[in-house]
Amino acid sequence: MKSFIVPQEIVPTRVKIELIDMLSATGLSVIEATSFVSSKWVPQMADHTDVLQGIQRAPNVRYPVLTPNMQGFQDAIAAGATEVAVFGSASETFSRRNINCSIDESMLRFEEVINAAKEQQIPVRGYVSCALGCPYEGCIEPPKVAEVAKRMYEMGCYEISLGDTIGVGTPGSMFKMLQKVMKDVPVDALAVHCHDTYGQALPNILTALQMGVSVVDSAVAGLGGCPYAQGSTGNVSTEDVLYMLHGMGIQTGVNLNKVIEAGDCICNALGRQTNSRVAQAKGRTL
Amino acid sequence: MTRISQCHFNHFCVLSDFKSVGLRAADALPEKVKMVEVGPRDGLQNEKTVVPTETKIKLINMLSESGLAVIEATSFVSPKWVPQMADQTEVMKGISKKPGVSYPVLTPNLKGFQAAVGAGASEVAIFGAASELFSKKNINCSVEESLQRFDDIMKAAKEAAVPVRGYVSCVVGCPYEGKVAPEKVAHVAKRLYSMGCYEISLGDTIGVGTPGSMTEMLEAVSKEVPLSALAVHCHDTYGQALANILVALQMGVSVVDSSVAGLGGCPYAQGASGNVATEDVVYMLHGLGIQTGVDLQKLMDAGAFICRTLNRKTSSKVAQATCKL
Repeated sequence: MKSFIVPQEIVPTRVKIELIDMLSATGLSVIEATSFVSSKWVPQMADHTDVLQGIQRAPNVRYPVLTPNMQGFQDAIAAGATEVAVFGSASETFSRRNINCSIDESMLRFEEVINAAKEQQIPVRGYVSCALGCPYEGCIEPPKVAEVAKRMYEMGCYEISLGDTIGVGTPGSMFKMLQKVMKDVPVDALAVHCHDTYGQALPNILTALQMGVSVVDSAVAGLGGCPYAQGSTGNVSTEDVLYMLHGMGIQTGVNLNKVIEAGDCICNALGRQTNSRVAQAKGRTL
Repeated sequence: MTRISQCHFNHFCVLSDFKSVGLRAADALPEKVKMVEVGPRDGLQNEKTVVPTETKIKLINMLSESGLAVIEATSFVSPKWVPQMADQTEVMKGISKKPGVSYPVLTPNLKGFQAAVGAGASEVAIFGAASELFSKKNINCSVEESLQRFDDIMKAAKEAAVPVRGYVSCVVGCPYEGKVAPEKVAHVAKRLYSMGCYEISLGDTIGVGTPGSMTEMLEAVSKEVPLSALAVHCHDTYGQALANILVALQMGVSVVDSSVAGLGGCPYAQGASGNVATEDVVYMLHGLGIQTGVDLQKLMDAGAFICRTLNRKTSSKVAQATCKL
């Protein structure tokens, strides 16, 4: 069993809280706040309870948290969570390496969480990782993605976020994957979570929008590198996505300048440059 | 145990009142796209470091081996204005011209044209702007005056049977005027095409375009110039280049300009990115099943070479990711 150590600074709790509070004032309606994964595996999220209890929850904004199992779910509810998320994978190998169990076993775990959530009327969002490629298996066939997405949807997830975990997807593979998944899950219940490791995130998101998807995941300042390609980018920048959407006349309810400010703030706190091209350009225009 | 860094600070937008740009993902895309490589000219011209002649020659030769069919080699602008291109004649004479590959050069006036042909150029390019202010500030004359200057070149080029490519800059935005009217772009593109340019490259000079403004502009231009004679030259200053190229392809454009390693920053936003990286465009096109004739690995080798020489990081995400896996 290999173990990977990916260096990443631990961000102070108050910095996280400040960031989330700034994002709450931008018009974003969903902000994933933290993760109730064991701090043994994800030390950066050890302060999950403090974060959830420390943020100022804006009305009309939801703050889902990751809950990989019943323990995490219970801790999340005790800490005041009102929405949770579970993380599946379309790749067997990725599932085994990442959460130490097969896809089938993970589904059983999620079913437990989803059933408990149902009893408490807590909505559950489902993620499917490696939707367009896996760092271990390479190509992932669309029917496999559809199968996992369908299972999670039928178990009770209200929305399925399809993740291009290593950013290898292109509009070609995005189209084929969505075409298959949309046969089994209504497009209204789909979201895309594109990584920009190969610079393809925006055209991939555009393709998804053209196919009817209307929920897009992104990260302010493009925070979150790629753990599989050291030093490469990971998450697509919210600022860059917003710029594109607004340029297309699509309403998001989000104030781009406020997101840029939040991005600047967190980048200063982390001592790093933004990954957002929009933020870079706006900061430098003569 | 591997951990995923997905969880912190993610948020998502729920889109309401989604208005389609009028294009569907399933719209037929071209089977083949011609890549026009502008790195050795547009790219190097906008880099701070002045590159030695032999390095430029080696870069162009490496690019020639990668399968690119068009490589903009240099510019016959006066070295007084563009010192980075002062070695224009040596470069033109020094490169190993691969059969089947075209090496256009920029020629701003008749003198430049004559020098270019004297140095062995067999294709040239001229530059117009869709913005009056940009034209005045950049080349010190109005758009109309600049088009008239090109008459001389067009005549001489016709006589010498030298094809001419026309560029229109500021097609979706100008650093001085802001938004540029699509009709103005169409007007300038039509003039260049009617004058005899075989192809018109539409440039988003400051990278402000989005699939929205790109579509609007191309709709106006394609009413005046056939799609088969259009190319897009997108800058990635706001990260929009690939999305803009995708909509252009969906509308029927099949010629794309780009720069190896994304060479050439934006002169209007200090430190910001400029040209879109050829590697990233080729990655997208190949993923779409579109043929380009380009060998991505050889292209990346050329990019790695020039970045080492310039002592700078590549701006290509594909190159960054591929080196690190």
